Amino acid sequence: MKAVPAEIVFRTEGVTKIYASGEVLVRALAGVDLELYAGEMTVLLGPSGSGKSTLLNILGGLDHVTTGRVWFRDTELTGLGDRGLTRYRRDHVGFVFQFYNLVPSLTARENVQLVTDVASDPMPPDEALEMVGLGSRKDHFPSEMSGGEQQRVAIARAIAKRPEILLCDEPTGALDSKTGVQVLEALRHINDQFGTTTVVITHNAEIRRMAHRVIRFQDGRIVEVTVNEARVAPSEIAW
Amino acid sequence: MHAIDRKLIRDFRRLWAQALAIALVLACGVAIVLISFGMYRALDETRTAYYERNRFADLFATVRRAPMGLMQEISAIAGVQAVDMRVSGTVIVDVPGLSEAAVGHILSLPEAEEPALNAPMLLSGTLPQTASEIAVNRPFALANGLGTGDVIEANLNGRKRALTISGTVLSPEFIYTIGPGAMMPDNRTFGILWMRQDAAAAVFDMAGAFNDLSVKLDARAQVQPVIDALDILLEPYGSLGAYGRDRQLSNSFLDAEIRQLRGMATVLPPVFFGISAFLVAMVMGRIVTLERSEIGLLKALGYSDLEVCIHYLMLAGLIAVAGIGIGWAVGTWLAWEMSQLYTRFFDFPFLVFQVSPWVYGLSGLLALLTTTLGAARSAIMAARLAPAIAMQPPAPPKFRQSVVDRAMTLARLSQPTVMILRSLTRWPLRSALTMLGVGMAVASVMASSGMSDAFKVIVDQAFHQSNRQDAVLMFAKDLPLSVIADVGRLPGVRQVEGMQYHSAILRSGPYEKRVPIEARLAAPDLSRVVADDGAVLDAPPGGILLSERLAGQLHAVVGDTVSAEVLSGMRGTYDLRVTGIVTQYLGLGAYVDLSYINRLMRQSPRISVANVTLDPTQMDALHAAIKTTPGLSGTNMVAQALRSFQDTINRNVTTMTTVYTTIAVLITIGVTYNSARILLSERSRELASLRILGFSRWQVSYILIGETMLLALLAQPLGWGLGHLLGRAMTSSFSSDLYNIPLVTDVRAFAVASLVVLAAALGSVLIVRRRLDNLDLVEVMKTRE
Repeated sequence: MKAVPAEIVFRTEGVTKIYASGEVLVRALAGVDLELYAGEMTVLLGPSGSGKSTLLNILGGLDHVTTGRVWFRDTELTGLGDRGLTRYRRDHVGFVFQFYNLVPSLTARENVQLVTDVASDPMPPDEALEMVGLGSRKDHFPSEMSGGEQQRVAIARAIAKRPEILLCDEPTGALDSKTGVQVLEALRHINDQFGTTTVVITHNAEIRRMAHRVIRFQDGRIVEVTVNEARVAPSEIAW
Repeated sequence: MHAIDRKLIRDFRRLWAQALAIALVLACGVAIVLISFGMYRALDETRTAYYERNRFADLFATVRRAPMGLMQEISAIAGVQAVDMRVSGTVIVDVPGLSEAAVGHILSLPEAEEPALNAPMLLSGTLPQTASEIAVNRPFALANGLGTGDVIEANLNGRKRALTISGTVLSPEFIYTIGPGAMMPDNRTFGILWMRQDAAAAVFDMAGAFNDLSVKLDARAQVQPVIDALDILLEPYGSLGAYGRDRQLSNSFLDAEIRQLRGMATVLPPVFFGISAFLVAMVMGRIVTLERSEIGLLKALGYSDLEVCIHYLMLAGLIAVAGIGIGWAVGTWLAWEMSQLYTRFFDFPFLVFQVSPWVYGLSGLLALLTTTLGAARSAIMAARLAPAIAMQPPAPPKFRQSVVDRAMTLARLSQPTVMILRSLTRWPLRSALTMLGVGMAVASVMASSGMSDAFKVIVDQAFHQSNRQDAVLMFAKDLPLSVIADVGRLPGVRQVEGMQYHSAILRSGPYEKRVPIEARLAAPDLSRVVADDGAVLDAPPGGILLSERLAGQLHAVVGDTVSAEVLSGMRGTYDLRVTGIVTQYLGLGAYVDLSYINRLMRQSPRISVANVTLDPTQMDALHAAIKTTPGLSGTNMVAQALRSFQDTINRNVTTMTTVYTTIAVLITIGVTYNSARILLSERSRELASLRILGFSRWQVSYILIGETMLLALLAQPLGWGLGHLLGRAMTSSFSSDLYNIPLVTDVRAFAVASLVVLAAALGSVLIVRRRLDNLDLVEVMKTRE
């Protein structure tokens, strides 16, 4: 087992987030203090509405805090404007979503190219697809692929820019156990090979077994942080 | 190619039907800019160049007989740059191979030098070198198969003389050539004959004199002071008053056409561009809503707001490109068709009907601007969508209980009907704009059928009721009433009535108008003045009947006294009481009693023309007789002219109806197809859910068809109103002193317009409805919104 690296990538201080859903005010985060380290794979666990996705969106520069501060290394994300956040996402962050969010009118390769077109030092789209085991499916459209394949395209798309951080929101949420494991293997592979700091949100408690650290959320707060002494391989996980 | 550009092209391909529906409306706007603006510029610029090159005069005057010695005095008027004095007149011409008697308008040409003004352009042969030679206008030569060296005969001084054609020419004075009293150009029976000055002077007894004056002004000279000076100078010589280019016949017809094109260029394109912008806005709004998560994704991937905004603007741009392409192709073709039409009516020596490249540029730019404006709101919305919010499904639209809802509950409407009505009230702006679009389509059909009905009314009023003669025989000068008996002896003539024309200025208070006055014998049968109620009116001695428009221009009402300054014959100014005002569509009529006016002028009653009815079996004999009858200056075969007039009108009306109906159908398809598609896209989950709940295919279709068709139905009254306004605008823009088009509103026109548009709407919606059959219920329920 690798020792948890000590270099801090993310730091949050008293982050709260309140947003309006229709006519209701929702308190999604109620004061979150957190540090994430370089190269670590962290799993965020918790029930629906506990604030995991909101935190992930804030870390990814997709959303703004209501109060509190967030740093990415030495950069204070909460101090950046839209332009700065766009730049930050473009250069540093890869996203993987529960529903893949592939562009249906583009092939697998073109979906990856969507990122490599704008990234500063991307890997070739084909290489990214090879890495998730989809080298032979690169000219297929999303509608011609299974859910697991689509999610792996999404991962290839996320890593093609060689991001420092990979943020995954329920990456296996829409998949069965077998294809889910393939996706987890791809994530593990990236984390091991590139040392990409990886944050995975999941409902699935089994998945925490592959993480370095597990952070449990409840009602917009962190209620528990566990360090895994022994990580298991994705192939040993089933649900 | 970048992946995002590929997405753009594939999205466009996926949207092809909707894009095409919009592009077609846009293309209408582009094509109309090309034909109206392009043709207007082509016609205007060619005319200007032609006038300049051939020194077309600025002022014109006809006198009875004035000495050439006036040249110096006229030249001395401030502002006069050049003067041309000619001899002109009309004669009966016998063209070989033509059974009818043709009318020739003779114009003199100086013997030695080029004419100072209105220089004819020689197209073949030479200008006349001897007294027995003439040059003729090319259209007359072409229509009669005449060429250089051919001989025609003309009634000159009561003698038939052979005239040899030395050449064919075109003149800036006769771009549009129409014979005296004719309704339409007929180059077979009306020609312009250029003759040497000495020969023409001999024919019309004008040695050392002229009767036709043309004047060119300095660039900065004012027109009216020169006209006033000319009128004073020429008054003793029987002047009918000097006038500017605005009253020169050929020029005023061209003016009317150019004005019409300009009106079309300013009124119609904004309508099409407006509708296109609305359609683009509607479709783009929906696309941005549908692609919320993709927008969020693009942003998450690091695409900037600007890049996202441009991406959606470019999608609209592709629609514009399609519209511009179709518009250019159709516009170029229509412009060519139109130029063919113009070459039939207008005679230019060097007219190149070509739309300049910058007009293409302008039309493209306008179309691009329109779609960009239409897409702007959605594109900006896409750019502004915060990525985290974009990734989530949109909050369901807000519906609230309102008075309407309670009313619907009370009315016990079915749930599908409630869904339809709620959707209409939920998006009132969209509903209103959809109705406006459909309303415009209705208006477009109504406008065209209104015009065709108007022509029927005009023909009926002017010919079947008022002018019932078969032909008009025109005399070279006014003749005593005894000539009626002579005309009656011509072969085939059944009935003869005389009529006299006077050129006059009518004045009422500060208002004045120069018009021809018709003097009639009591109770004529062939040429009648018919009031709106069908009553035949006569002007009593001392009275005058005015057409409605003339009365309007003079601000005169029944009972007022107008003064008439008669310019022809024994001149004088007489007070006449307005005894009646009648609605008329052709010309500005003014009618007085023939005996009374001649008594005022202290002369025995005389007539200028004879109206006749004819025996159709004796036409050839009649024409042969006319060709040799001295004293006649022309004929107007009314019945024949009416037939060709009606043919032309019918042809034009068919073309117009086709064009306007096509436009209406395109607008309707553009609006209803797109709104149904959007409806389907917004509601597919809802409709699929209803299917799963057990609604039949047609029950579900009812919601889709119902909403669009309800809007189309509600748009009908709006369309009728717009059609009425459009009809009024069109009739007033077409009206001039030459003619006036009545606004005819026929219930049938309303019904036809509504039927055409509703059928097009239903067709479009049914095409969209077919997609309901292919709705994969399970898939729809699984797919995340």
